[in-house]
Amino acid sequence: MMASPRRELAARPMRDAFAATATELLVEDPCVAIVLAEISGQLFRDARRHDPLRVVNVGIAEQAMVGVAAGFAMEGFHPIAHSLSPFMAERPFEQLKLDFGYQGLGGTFVGAGGSYDYASEGGTHHAPGDVAAMLAIPRMQVMVPGHGHEVTALIRATYADGAPTYVRTSLATNDEPHEVEPGRLEVLRRGAGATVIAFGPMLSRTLAATQGLDVTVAYATSVEPFDDAGLVAIAGERPHVVAIEPWYEGTAASVVTRALGHVAATYDFVGVPRRFVHEYGSWAEIDADLGLDTAGIRARLTPG
Amino acid sequence: MDTTTDQLTRVRRLMAKATGDEKHEESSTSTLDALWVLYDRVLHVDPSDPDADARDRFVLSKGHGPVALYAILAAKGFFPESWLDGFMEHGGKLGSHPDRTLVPGVEASTGSLGHGLPIAVGVAHALCAKGQAHARVVVLCGDAELNEGSNWEAIALAPHLGLANLNLLVIDNHSSSYEPASWTARLGAFGWTVREVDGHDLDALEEAFVAAHDAPLAVVADVPAGEW
Repeated sequence: MMASPRRELAARPMRDAFAATATELLVEDPCVAIVLAEISGQLFRDARRHDPLRVVNVGIAEQAMVGVAAGFAMEGFHPIAHSLSPFMAERPFEQLKLDFGYQGLGGTFVGAGGSYDYASEGGTHHAPGDVAAMLAIPRMQVMVPGHGHEVTALIRATYADGAPTYVRTSLATNDEPHEVEPGRLEVLRRGAGATVIAFGPMLSRTLAATQGLDVTVAYATSVEPFDDAGLVAIAGERPHVVAIEPWYEGTAASVVTRALGHVAATYDFVGVPRRFVHEYGSWAEIDADLGLDTAGIRARLTPG
Repeated sequence: MDTTTDQLTRVRRLMAKATGDEKHEESSTSTLDALWVLYDRVLHVDPSDPDADARDRFVLSKGHGPVALYAILAAKGFFPESWLDGFMEHGGKLGSHPDRTLVPGVEASTGSLGHGLPIAVGVAHALCAKGQAHARVVVLCGDAELNEGSNWEAIALAPHLGLANLNLLVIDNHSSSYEPASWTARLGAFGWTVREVDGHDLDALEEAFVAAHDAPLAVVADVPAGEW
C-alpha cells in the first residue's frame, strides 16, 4: 500500500532530503557542483551518474573538500559540500572562513548529525559548537531546518545567493513541516508571558512543553540572517525571551540580543550545557539527560 | 622590444618602488625569475581583461613575499605602477598578502599557508567540468608551506582526478626545518610528473612548464637557502 504523500514527507530524514535536493539541483542547474569527503557518498550515486565531473569525492580530506569547493565557486559554480557536522563546520573551519568568507564566495555546507545524533560514536563525533563557530564567520548564513521538507526549502532558497551558507541537519525532526524561508520568524502561538523561540528541531517539543502556558511561541529556522524585525514585533516593550536551542546554550544570544538591543529585555537560553558529553546512546537519551526533552524544557519554563 | 634583462631590471625597480628600500627587494628574489617566466612566457593572461574566462590561472598559495608578483602584474599592465607606492599602507590595495577582491590579476586571497593548492585543484577540476581543460592552473607553494597537511590532501587528490592542467610550482629556498626526501620521490610517489630545475634559470623553467605531461605537473625551482 502506498503511503500518503504527507506521511512520506513526514518520514523523510533530513539527510535523505538533502541528498535528493542536491541531486535535483545538480540536474536542474548546470552551475551546481557537489563535493564530498566520503560521508554519504552512497546517497549521491545518481548524481555521479548524471555528471561525474560535477560530483567529486575527495576522500577523507575535509580541508581539501572545502578548498576544492572554493575552486568551483571561483569558476562560477554553486558548490554544495557535506560531511558530519564536526567535520563540516569545525575541522575545515579556516577554509570556510578564508576560502569562502574572506574571498567573497558563495557555497552551501551541509552538516549532518546535529549536536550528538551519533552519540554512541563518542564525543569525537559531537558538534554542539558548530553554529557558534559558523556565526564567527562574517557573511556566513546559518540555516537550521526542523524537518526534511524544510531542508529542501532552505537549500533551494540559498544555494545560488552568492553567500556561504551552513545548513545544520539532524536526526531529530519536528512532527510537521512548516513553510520556511531564510530570515523569517514564524509566530505559532500568542500569549501574554514570555516569548519562546524554538530553533529548528526543538519546535515540536517546545510546543508540547508550553501547552497551557500563556506564552508566545515563535519558530526560527534561520539564525543568520535572523528576523530582527519579526522578533521586535512580537516581543513587546519589556520582553522575557527564552531561546530553545539544539546546540550550546547561548549560541543564539548574539542574534537575539542584537534584535532587542533597544529594549529592556531579559533572557534565558536553554540548550546544550557547555561541557563534553561522555555518555553513549541515542540523541534522544542525551537530550533527556541534558534537560532538552519536553519535560526538561517545561521545567525550565516553569521554575519552582 | 626590451631584452629580458632590461625587463627584469625594470621589475626589480618596481619592487623597490613598492618596498621603498633596496634591501627589502630581497624578500621576493626567490620567486622573481619563476614568476617572470610564467607571466612572460607561459601563462595566457590579458591585463586588459584579467577575468577573461579563457585565461590561465595563477594562485600564489603561500601569499608571502608578493612583491615580485605585484611588480610583474604592474609591469604587464594589470594595474597602475603607482599602486606600488601604497604597498602595505593604509588606503593602498597591495597588502603583505594578496587580496583577490582588491587586485586585478590576483586569483586567490592567500597568506594562511596550505589553502592555495586545494583551491587550485578545485579550479583545475572545475575548468574540466566546464569543458576548458586546456586552461592551465599554476599554483606556487613554498617548500616550507608544503609542511601543511592540507596540501597533501590536494597532492593525493590531483592525480586521482587526472588534472593534467594543474601545475604546482614549488619554490624551494630550503626554508623548511626538515627535508624528508627528494621532491621527485615525494611528489612522484603520489603520481605527479616532477621536474626539478634551477630556480633562476629562465630557459630551464620555461622548458619545465611547456614540455608535455599527462599527469599533474610539479616544477620544483631550487634557489639558494636564505633567499626569500
